[in-house]
Amino acid sequence: MPFNNLSRRTLLKAGAATLASVALPFGIARAQTAVILGIVYVGPKDDFGWNQAHAVSVGTLKALPGITVVEEENVPETDAVSKSMESMINLDGANLILATSFGYYNPFVVDLAKKYPDVQFRHAAPLWNKDKDPANAGSYFPYLNQAHYVDGVAAGLSSKTGKIGFVAAKPIPSVLSNINSVLLGARSVNPAATVQVIVTGDWSLPVREAEATNALVDAGCEVITCHVDSPKVVIQTAEGRGVKTCGHNASQAPLAPTGFITGAEYKWETIYKSYADDIAAGTPLPNFLVGGYNNDMLRNTAYGAGATPEAIKAADAAIEALKGGFKIYTGTLKDNKGNVVVDKDYDNYDPYLDGMGWLLEGVQGSTT
Amino acid sequence: MTAETADAAIPARRASNVKALRLAETVAIPVGAMVASAVAFSIFLLIIGKDPVQFWQLVWTGGFGSSFSIQNSLQRAAPLILTGLAFAIPARIGLTMIGGEGALVLGGFSAAAIAIPLVTNAVPVWITLPVMALSGMAAGGLWLGVVGWLRHARGVNETISSLLMSYIAIAIMNFFVEGALRDPASANKPSTMPIGDAYRIGSIPGTDVHWGFAAGIVLAVVLWVLMSRTTFGFAARMTGGNARAAKAQGLPVGALMVVCCVIAGACAGLAGFFEVTAIHGQANASLVAGYGFTGILVSFLARHNPLTVVPMAILFGAIAAAGGVVQRRMGMPDATVLVLQGILFVVLLVSETFYGRFKIFQPGNTGDRV
Repeated sequence: MPFNNLSRRTLLKAGAATLASVALPFGIARAQTAVILGIVYVGPKDDFGWNQAHAVSVGTLKALPGITVVEEENVPETDAVSKSMESMINLDGANLILATSFGYYNPFVVDLAKKYPDVQFRHAAPLWNKDKDPANAGSYFPYLNQAHYVDGVAAGLSSKTGKIGFVAAKPIPSVLSNINSVLLGARSVNPAATVQVIVTGDWSLPVREAEATNALVDAGCEVITCHVDSPKVVIQTAEGRGVKTCGHNASQAPLAPTGFITGAEYKWETIYKSYADDIAAGTPLPNFLVGGYNNDMLRNTAYGAGATPEAIKAADAAIEALKGGFKIYTGTLKDNKGNVVVDKDYDNYDPYLDGMGWLLEGVQGSTT
Repeated sequence: MTAETADAAIPARRASNVKALRLAETVAIPVGAMVASAVAFSIFLLIIGKDPVQFWQLVWTGGFGSSFSIQNSLQRAAPLILTGLAFAIPARIGLTMIGGEGALVLGGFSAAAIAIPLVTNAVPVWITLPVMALSGMAAGGLWLGVVGWLRHARGVNETISSLLMSYIAIAIMNFFVEGALRDPASANKPSTMPIGDAYRIGSIPGTDVHWGFAAGIVLAVVLWVLMSRTTFGFAARMTGGNARAAKAQGLPVGALMVVCCVIAGACAGLAGFFEVTAIHGQANASLVAGYGFTGILVSFLARHNPLTVVPMAILFGAIAAAGGVVQRRMGMPDATVLVLQGILFVVLLVSETFYGRFKIFQPGNTGDRV
């Protein structure tokens, strides 16, 4: 780690007494437009979930020349994140800050971006507002529900009954969209497929996640998937109960050697690499970067032992279709209370879908 | 310095030196404990193959090494002063009240909730902020007051009940934040309506540290005077020493307990108010950040002395501030800092047993602790 040498005392010892240690990283940054990328995670880097997905992706940048990565894990969504990011700027000379947790954005990223206009801030949720927010801030976000659709296709063909269990953290739009996409994927190959949902209430509640998984298995679900920060407990519990699983966020394949089908994964490195390239080249970073399979921001985990040959074939076809612009929410769809919630073909990035507050007919569960 | 003071004092053996000796003891033992934990932690670092010298250098850089680092430490200390006081005051009367987290959350929530009608009707800031602060303090005070009353009236163990009450407080906040008081714009992170920049309290001029830090210091001084220089404080400490004896003396033990708990809850509630008005601008699940629990450690380090809570909170703020730099430069996991805190806490608890055991701090040879 080159940064080991950057503390004031070490530099003095090395005979570099004339260099102000704090100014050094800024000097490098200006002279070579080297990228010093600071990234903050809300949980541990090895959580088998959201944070690990980011850490693995940013890890692929470390080997590239001209990029230094500084990381901080377990940073809560309080002023602690503000101070951590500021510390990266002041002490490490970071010129690109990646804030990876939803609650980091407002007010922390917004306020800090105003304070440090020369530093680029990017946040992993589609929150940046052109009219209100600073120009050196921005958002990036892949629509993971596309990969969950693929999960649904594979799950539908890897089970006999098409009964899928879904452990959900909170009934908010991004989670609901994943649940609905699993259902639509499964129904595309098995019209009788259903999804049963249990909401735990928070992003990381391992005990409740295990209880929910057991309850879903007891209720007859053949495949279990989830949207929680770290799917580790869900996947392991389901594997222990002998049912199949689909993953979420990062690869959980090692956790379920016999039942793993595939999983919805973010491919953050596509985004991170493009940011680093832009800074190195001196071109402005995009403020708003969203995507999915069509622009290489997602992937599905390599198929596990739980995936049947038909499932693999159909899931691969679904991925190709999504790359080509296949739309997930189309035609007329009713929610599970009987209201028509989709009455036309929506683009996968349509703002209407960002605000979804419903579960489709075929999903057993409630949004409240 | 402390040793010299003590050395000089021994031959004199005068009553006026008793105070100096006790002061020397209360400084020397915690400092000794901190040094011992630093040594223990350095050994731990050596075992896992990391450089202790670099670690302590980084702690200094990240915690105090520059004006940014100092402000970082002070800002992180702000809620810890208040939650430290929330543990210290009941501790003086003999209660182990660990429910500061719940009082903070509920205080912050009620401050944000009462702000909604005020902000909507554009009530001036100088009215709104005090109302919010009072609302936060009242909610926190009421919450822990109930715990104190349960202890006094029904003999319910205050440690357990305050912990359980914390979970209830968090659940109450979540219930309203995700339901009736949810700002419809907060789709993916349920929150109350933002109070808006005009109602944010901002920083102490010339610094980046919010006003909660100043409020914490003022409150620490006020509570120190209350506990050390008033009859109330004397009665409270006497109750803490021996509740039965205090009762036999005719002291209103129950009322004293409830009042101490209300003060504690008000401190934590005020911390919640500052989290809302200085940091978040609204109430949401981010209020549950563990400050209430860290405050317990702060208070133990300070031996439940309100004045000492301030430097100890700053020490914890600095450790937290340095934790980030340590992660980034040494590639160590976040848990490293938790290990340090854990060692520090255990060593300090052990060091409690050393009071009165060192002859050097004893005024005479009677062996009595004065």
